[in-house]
Amino acid sequence: MGNLSERSARGWAAESRLSSLGRLLIYAILLSFLVLFYFYPLTAILRLSLIPEGRLSLEPLTKLIRTSRYLETLWFTVWQAALSTLLTVLLALPGCYIFARYDFPGKSVIRALTTVPFVLPTMVVSLAFTSLLGPRGLLNVALMQLLRLDQPPLNLQHTVFIILLAHVFYNYTLVLRIVGTYWSNLSPQVEEAARMLGSSRWRAIREVTLPLLIPAIAAAAVLVFIFDFTSFGVVLVLGGPRFATLEVEIYRQTVHYLNLPLAAALSVIQILFTFGLMAVYTRLQATTALPIELRSRRATQRRPQGWRQQLFVVGNLALMVVLLVLPMLALLERSLTLGGGFSLTFYRELFRNPRGSAFYVPPVAAVRNSVGFALATVGLSVVLGIMAASTLDGQATRGGSAQVNSSAVAESHTKLAHSRRPRGWWLLRLRRLLDPVLMLPLGTSAVTLGLGYIVALDEPPLDLRTSPALVVLAHTLVALPFVVRSILPALRSIQPQLREAAAILGASPWSVWREVDLPIMARALVVGAVFAFTVSMGEFGATSLIARPERPTMPVAIFRFLGRPGTVNYGQALAMSTLLMLVCTVGFLMIERFRVGGLEEF
Amino acid sequence: MKIRLTLGLAGLLVLAACGPTAVPTEPPTATSPPTSRKLRVMTHDSFDISEDVLNTFEAEHNAELEILKAGDAGVVLNQAILSKDNPLADVLYGVDNTLLSRALDADIFEPYSSSMLDAIPDHLELDDQHRALPVDYGDVCLNYDKAWFQSEGMGPPTNLEDLTVADYEGLTVVENPATSSPGLAFMLATIGHFGEQGDYSWLDYWADLGENDVLVTEGWSEAYYEQFTYGSGGSGNRPIVVSYASSPPVEVHFSEEPFEDAPTGVVVGEGSCFRQVEFVGVLRNAESPDLAREWIDFMLSRTFQEDIPLNMFVFPANENAQLPDVFAEFAIIPESPVSLDYMAIEANREAWIEAWTETALR
Repeated sequence: MGNLSERSARGWAAESRLSSLGRLLIYAILLSFLVLFYFYPLTAILRLSLIPEGRLSLEPLTKLIRTSRYLETLWFTVWQAALSTLLTVLLALPGCYIFARYDFPGKSVIRALTTVPFVLPTMVVSLAFTSLLGPRGLLNVALMQLLRLDQPPLNLQHTVFIILLAHVFYNYTLVLRIVGTYWSNLSPQVEEAARMLGSSRWRAIREVTLPLLIPAIAAAAVLVFIFDFTSFGVVLVLGGPRFATLEVEIYRQTVHYLNLPLAAALSVIQILFTFGLMAVYTRLQATTALPIELRSRRATQRRPQGWRQQLFVVGNLALMVVLLVLPMLALLERSLTLGGGFSLTFYRELFRNPRGSAFYVPPVAAVRNSVGFALATVGLSVVLGIMAASTLDGQATRGGSAQVNSSAVAESHTKLAHSRRPRGWWLLRLRRLLDPVLMLPLGTSAVTLGLGYIVALDEPPLDLRTSPALVVLAHTLVALPFVVRSILPALRSIQPQLREAAAILGASPWSVWREVDLPIMARALVVGAVFAFTVSMGEFGATSLIARPERPTMPVAIFRFLGRPGTVNYGQALAMSTLLMLVCTVGFLMIERFRVGGLEEF
Repeated sequence: MKIRLTLGLAGLLVLAACGPTAVPTEPPTATSPPTSRKLRVMTHDSFDISEDVLNTFEAEHNAELEILKAGDAGVVLNQAILSKDNPLADVLYGVDNTLLSRALDADIFEPYSSSMLDAIPDHLELDDQHRALPVDYGDVCLNYDKAWFQSEGMGPPTNLEDLTVADYEGLTVVENPATSSPGLAFMLATIGHFGEQGDYSWLDYWADLGENDVLVTEGWSEAYYEQFTYGSGGSGNRPIVVSYASSPPVEVHFSEEPFEDAPTGVVVGEGSCFRQVEFVGVLRNAESPDLAREWIDFMLSRTFQEDIPLNMFVFPANENAQLPDVFAEFAIIPESPVSLDYMAIEANREAWIEAWTETALR
């Protein structure tokens, strides 16, 4: 025993030196990524806007505060985001439960389908919603016939309800995947114990399961909130001209008035708000995350039994179909209809270039470009995401240097405290800042950052203004928070004893990570990868505003078709949208099949 | 061990960062000799032209073209202004008369008196210093669904005033001038037509339009494809829409069934349309200013000009250019579009849009 302890103490000393060097390298990579592609372009454009001739001008800020319209905009931005988030979480939680606890046919396809909305361009979603809910949409026509009305009973067009509905449509999948995945790893025994002690199913869920789920729910809710908070297309297109979020106002001020100072001031407010929210969240998260007992998927899921369970599962799936799948089916239906009958014309037209246009986009090329960018984004953001999550998860440090017996553990911890703090306190500081900072790109206006790239990245070796690499970098910036938020709850749920046990058995920190951390976060990692894929496929972020040589993606092709009159153009936009939905569904299914190093998955 | 992991991750990172350069595309240099000169053209997303025409230029001028596109005309112009000391391109195409003043004030263009300007009518040449040269023009007008008006047994509107008549209540959809280029053009038409002062100003007109239940959408696509009865294939319920005078021939051109007559009509009454003119210019500090000038001559030549209508659905500025059949047959060029001083547009844009927002939306 003494021998072993001695050896591992020596090993610890050597390893801690190595691992602190390694950690420093990880910090360096993460920070240089953020500094080069986020902070540097952002400060460049903000400086140019707010300090034009070397003098800080406070006028735009005072104008902001004096004009009540901007305060109203901020207020609307906040409350619609809060309400959208609440609705999304409430509607998705029952879905999370059935995905976590039940096994049923078609599960992975349904899960993949719920994620497709996330990549659809707003203009396409608007088309789908109008054909379902518009004044002459399917629903109104059906209600008019059923109730014998002359006027359409539902008038959702350009109301706040359609904004909320669209936000649920887009973000349902975030909650379903992040919470559902976490939930499926929770041991059902705790809940069953509560049930055996006489509490009702509902009470057991409310008092036992929900508190355990809080870290995952909070992680998902924060992402949904920031997405709704910076909502642009949904508010602009579906909400109509009476509604504006900060993001919409920033776009208007920048593009239509070239009022950079005002746009910059609004951007700063948006960023500060995001940072504040994230700082609060990070603090709260540290107190809610508990190491919990995890079970592999096989142990937690079963077939629904009895009519009640079956009804619950079917009812929830029906809700998902109505909320998420029906609008997509409406698009599919319209892409296959011409002159009142079934037709494949629009799909055939996609493959033709009758005018010999230099900017004709062959569908295969659009798919290849989209998937190429998306895979590069997945690769980069998963690597950076693992680095970031491991850095943020403080336990990884302790686990890697676990000692043999308790006295040694205590000793080493005091040693750790004494020897590390003076040298590495700033690393701790940095780590606390890193979490909210990583989320900032999500809360940053795409127009502002896009112009920042134009201003800042214009000199070699960083002359990336027209480089396709910038597309991947910008997509990764947006995808990274999703990867981190997906992995972190899983990583924090790991019981320290697991890592310690592995270390006792002589595992190096690397094998501890590989054998303990990686399998447990594997499924969460897949969730993160799916989101990185969607972020890129949906062309989020500053990239749509970057001038770049022709390498058109599917959303770009859709915009192009929708920009001109003619039945054939309209039909081709729908056909290309259907193709986008199809490619994404296949992409999600394939990513989900991916197993990390053939490990037994949790 | 940790080091190796980190290095491995760093290696992956580098690989991933290099990924996009490996995305395969057709090499644009395949046909041009290695000594070719490079020309970068910055433009908006709607720019389109035949491949043959581009190839002609590349072959004749031993050039290699790189077309950079980013968003709408406003986004592209702002990028050009912000990068004017170290420009992204040699040429900027796509600044229209509503943005011209901003471009000229920012001084992003080098003057170029192309000899091709002789073939271009004077009324399109807004900048007498020839910093921005007109390439094409198009009129933003009200379109209507012919079949709808026929089946309702009523006549289509003939001028702007008609839209405020009770018979036309709830029939019109327009775009928001704060976010849409045709929306802005239509607002400018009403300003030019009704004036800012007087008994019945443009704002009085918009107040009446609001009373008559006009619908405002954010962009052209939503108006045309979701609300317009014809464009939406029946799921919209507005038979009058703000679109372009060229939309009817484009509908004919992009339809599956052959048309005897265009399915949509254009309201061309006195002062009911606004003419958009698009310009091209050589950017200051361009890397290849000579080639840029050659490109501008080419854009104004018949080869390029005759290819414009069916690719960008606007009219060529060059008077000698022949229109394609479908345009010659179905296109209408309004005789008396509204004209507004381009400098007044930039100077008043924000105030006008704010006033419009107060009147039409609240």
